[in-house]
Amino acid sequence: MRVPLSWLHEYVDLPAEVTGRDVGEKLIRAGLEVETVEESDLTGPLVVGKVLTYDDEPQKNGKTIRWCSLDIGKDEPQWVVCGANNFEVGDLVVVVLPGAVLPGGFAISARKTYGHVSSGMICSSSELGLGDDGTHGIVVLEPGEAVPGDDAIELLALRDDVLDIAVTPDRGYCLSIRGVAREAATAYGVELKDPAGLRLTGSGQGGYPVRVDDAAACSVFVTRTVTGIDPKALSPRWMQKRLLASGMRPISIGVDITNYVMLELGQPIHGYDKARLSGEIVVRRATPGEKLMTLDDQTRELDAEDLLITDDSGPIGVAGVMGGASTEISDATADVVIEAAHFHPIVIARASRRHKLSSEASRRFEREVDPLLPRYAAQRVADLLVDLAGGTLEADETVVDTHALPEPTTIRADHSARVAGASITIEETLRHLRSVGCTVEPAPAGAVPAPLAAGVHAPATEVGGDDLLSVTPPSWRPDLHDPNDFAEEVIRLFGYDNVPSILPPAPGGQGLTVAQRRRRRVATALVGAGLTEVVSYPFTGAADFDAMGLPADDPRRTTVKLVNPLSDEEPSMQTMLLATLLRTAERNAGRGATDLAIFQTGLVFLPKGESKPAPLLPVEHRPSDAEIQTLNDALPDQPLHVGVVLTGSRTPTGWWGKGQPVSWADAVQLARTIASAVGVEPKVRNGEVAPWHPGRCAEFSVDGKVVGHAGELHPKVCQAFGLPARSSAVELDLEALITAGPSSIAAHPFSSYPVAKEDVALIVPADVAAAEVEAALAEGAGELLESVRLFDLYTGEQIGEGKKSLAFALRFRAADRTLKENEVADARQAAVQVAVDRFGAVQRVG
Amino acid sequence: MSGPNTDYDPVEVTPLHAEEVERTRDEALKAFTEAADLAALQDAKGTHLGEKSPIALANREIGALPPQARKEAGQRIGAARKAINEAFAGRLAVLEAEHEERMLATERVDATLPWHTPELGARHPLSLISEQVADVFTALGWDVAEGPEVEAEWLNFDALNFLPDHPARQMQDTFFVEPAGSGTVLRTHTSPVQARSMLTRKPPIYVVVPGRVFRTDELDATHTPVFYQVEGLVVDEGITLAHLKGTLDHFVVSMFGEGLEARLRPNFFPFTEPSAEVDLKCFVCRGASVGNPDRPCRTCGSEGWIEWGGCGVVNPRVLQACGIDTDRYSGFAFGMGLERTLMFRNGVEDMRDMVEGDVRFSRQFGMEI
Ligand SMILES: [Zn+2]
Repeated sequence: MRVPLSWLHEYVDLPAEVTGRDVGEKLIRAGLEVETVEESDLTGPLVVGKVLTYDDEPQKNGKTIRWCSLDIGKDEPQWVVCGANNFEVGDLVVVVLPGAVLPGGFAISARKTYGHVSSGMICSSSELGLGDDGTHGIVVLEPGEAVPGDDAIELLALRDDVLDIAVTPDRGYCLSIRGVAREAATAYGVELKDPAGLRLTGSGQGGYPVRVDDAAACSVFVTRTVTGIDPKALSPRWMQKRLLASGMRPISIGVDITNYVMLELGQPIHGYDKARLSGEIVVRRATPGEKLMTLDDQTRELDAEDLLITDDSGPIGVAGVMGGASTEISDATADVVIEAAHFHPIVIARASRRHKLSSEASRRFEREVDPLLPRYAAQRVADLLVDLAGGTLEADETVVDTHALPEPTTIRADHSARVAGASITIEETLRHLRSVGCTVEPAPAGAVPAPLAAGVHAPATEVGGDDLLSVTPPSWRPDLHDPNDFAEEVIRLFGYDNVPSILPPAPGGQGLTVAQRRRRRVATALVGAGLTEVVSYPFTGAADFDAMGLPADDPRRTTVKLVNPLSDEEPSMQTMLLATLLRTAERNAGRGATDLAIFQTGLVFLPKGESKPAPLLPVEHRPSDAEIQTLNDALPDQPLHVGVVLTGSRTPTGWWGKGQPVSWADAVQLARTIASAVGVEPKVRNGEVAPWHPGRCAEFSVDGKVVGHAGELHPKVCQAFGLPARSSAVELDLEALITAGPSSIAAHPFSSYPVAKEDVALIVPADVAAAEVEAALAEGAGELLESVRLFDLYTGEQIGEGKKSLAFALRFRAADRTLKENEVADARQAAVQVAVDRFGAVQRVG
Repeated sequence: MSGPNTDYDPVEVTPLHAEEVERTRDEALKAFTEAADLAALQDAKGTHLGEKSPIALANREIGALPPQARKEAGQRIGAARKAINEAFAGRLAVLEAEHEERMLATERVDATLPWHTPELGARHPLSLISEQVADVFTALGWDVAEGPEVEAEWLNFDALNFLPDHPARQMQDTFFVEPAGSGTVLRTHTSPVQARSMLTRKPPIYVVVPGRVFRTDELDATHTPVFYQVEGLVVDEGITLAHLKGTLDHFVVSMFGEGLEARLRPNFFPFTEPSAEVDLKCFVCRGASVGNPDRPCRTCGSEGWIEWGGCGVVNPRVLQACGIDTDRYSGFAFGMGLERTLMFRNGVEDMRDMVEGDVRFSRQFGMEI
């Protein structure tokens, strides 16, 4: 809502010198979101001039300029060059003189142009900050509107600050000068001259015939008729200026007046060309198949739920949203039927959404308009049509009104104080409630306070001796019904700044959960390993899956999809972090960061297969546990994953020698790091899954469940994402790892007896996993084994094709004695034997 | 080697002559002093303190003396030996020190050189600030609560008093999940976790909720469709707006420093009533820039206050939908955008830097914000 300060002044007795910024500040404190205050930077001299002479002078560039002399109320004429030609000798124009500054900071000086010295210029509407008036020329004033030399700033009210207010949904009444004026009056503690305080001249009957078939959707419908207007009449400049300042284009006298009254009072008005109406106006729901061409020249299919204004010809408007083209006011309209109605907010909200049509009218109806306004608004429009367009107002008036005004609410007199935790007296409470327009009376005997939430549960009755108030909200505040709604009004006027600040003591908490602590540890461990955490959007699509080489039937292609994605190429929520993390790596690589070590933690979204929609449960009481379960059942699984991408060099080349390129082993090691950061020792075996290199991928599992993979990316994947060859990656189900972590760890005593070290080299088939051989040794060595570690890997001629040699260091130790040589030798042999039996391993000697 | 000799004349035993002992001693001292390095010193030690050194030979002769002469000769030889040993030890210490000094000098490196092990990486500042917020509130005894990002519409809206046809619901720019009518959305705020907390916990409830949320905004310098919020909820007996103010003041001080405070401005949110915007006293100028064109403040735009988030007393309708007894309990809630917090707190100028995953953005913070 854009509010010119001059318009506020008309209805609120603000201090004369007050600026838009001052008013804005006050309104912010009262709870209006004043987003900007446009302060005029215009300074004079800016005067009215009368055109004395002009010469058209064609220029080489094809333009024709006018060299004009003007009477600006001085002895000598003022000479200026003008590029426009929409004026004649004798016209009154607006002349800016050297020394002035026009809106936007344009300083004016006498300057040489087109062979003349131009001492100022004649102004157009947009140069004056009035917006484009559609003339493509300069402003020509009405004859007699002023005399040469008059101050044009004052005449046109050019220096007017404009407040731009974002009106919150509960404050629909502030989508009007009337509503903002009311807030300003309260804020300054001055009287409001209610712009709706008009004398009604209508008879209340006999107006244009109207039948309302759906009183719930349309509770008030008022018409007035004005005949014989001059459709060619121009809206007065002050009206045009206010419309422009409020963001609306002047169109024609009839339309401008209805818009003006809507802005002023907040009541949307529709004007019909009476000559184009046929028969009774009927307000009803649409029947399937009906169509309407709206004012924007679009033909719209109507829905059975749409509320329509119709006449004998069929639909002539979607109620409260947009009128039809067939009955609109044109520049030939002489007789106007004015409609001012009250529509149910939900009916309008749905229609507006259905037709994707948000109009100035629908925005107001959606937030509910004061149901008492229609007669006054119709009167105001009619009065203006009479005054400005020379029409005649008929006394006959149609008034259909079935609107029920709000019932009083019973609240505790100290409710506001109790909500605020502040000492707000009952006197203050009454004063503030009344200043927002409420009627407040003592509650009748036997009244009980209204429940805090208007649901099913019983109101508190322990209040007893407390004073109870019976509060009726004003007609323009349909948002006020619950006790807390009234408390808010009282507390905001009492002043949030006057509420004390008290830190509430919470009962003892237990700190972060185990899972929360473990997540932090994983991140810290990865940062310690040199990785940088990044964030990325979770949106993905087929292109990402293709780039990752996922087979057509890969379950990870089955996704949670969005109805309205940002991009049609990325309609899905990620099923794996790498889908988006690889794009992040790609972006970094594109920006020159080819040696990259990044990680991300985040949810992935795994559809549950067949799931029922989540119901919209009632809100009047807590849903049952079974109902809550249906909500959760409708959601996809959303486990927390961690992803890592490594590209380029893991360690750089430097003065110490050659660096290490990233390899599959770095990725696998980081996966191990992640697992050990949460206290889990996962089982590792060779895996084969996209997007990894089929021969360079480790599969991690915990308790028999696969929790992720690590290794080198498939060469095609590196290529598809523009990453260096041999880039590597990890993706693990962090949630599963965290869950598998120990609840607590028992300390074991450790032996102080000497260690016995034995090395074992085993030749095994090349496809046997080292981890399996290690496990076999550990199994065979028995409880004397303290540790086993692979320290060498050899493939080559000496051991033959298809084989590899694995060398392990075994350490033996007993808890209670020094081991004897034969004990160690036996244990070693037992270890080797398991490997021999299981893999056909051959001990390598020498 | 001569054996014991009972009529031995001590005067005849040359090595035991006083002047001979002194000469032996002086020669040794001279040799040690002249030893230029540790090897020469070791040589001289062999010559002058070894088994065949004159002083060792002299010592052995003592036994051959008549008992009455032994004491005097013993003392003389002992004193000389002591002097020689001390001279050796003294010289050894000097030469060892010289040697070490030379060795350390030759081993000098340029310790400013880089090394090849990976440097410490970096957390994303959004994670760091989430954790900092969580720590502030866990220190107060609150829990950190979490919830899903694909959320039931009922929990995201209805339970929070965003009714289906209310304009506030339309203003949320919601991503809907297929199929249309699935009743699920990408959560538009962290507030469904409020509802979840009330549905699953019993009062008193003190929870803080950091999390990622979604709105259908296009990415630009100040908007992103995916962003982070942190939200707080308290439900307890006798909770008032004053408790909300006290909590926000504490939060402001914890995040931005002593002496700062929060300010509330009336506003509207469906899930709170009364509702307010939270402003934070500018932690840079502390208000000194207001009306002071000579000291403009970029952080607050010389307003003295910075818009930070929204808050309010929990609407009893929300408590009711979540099964909290409104006669007994009341609550408050607040929420802030973490991107926005980083923007003004750490001077991040462009939202895109925060969400594009450029490592340079995270790396400038490291593990601290
Ligand atoms: Zn500041």
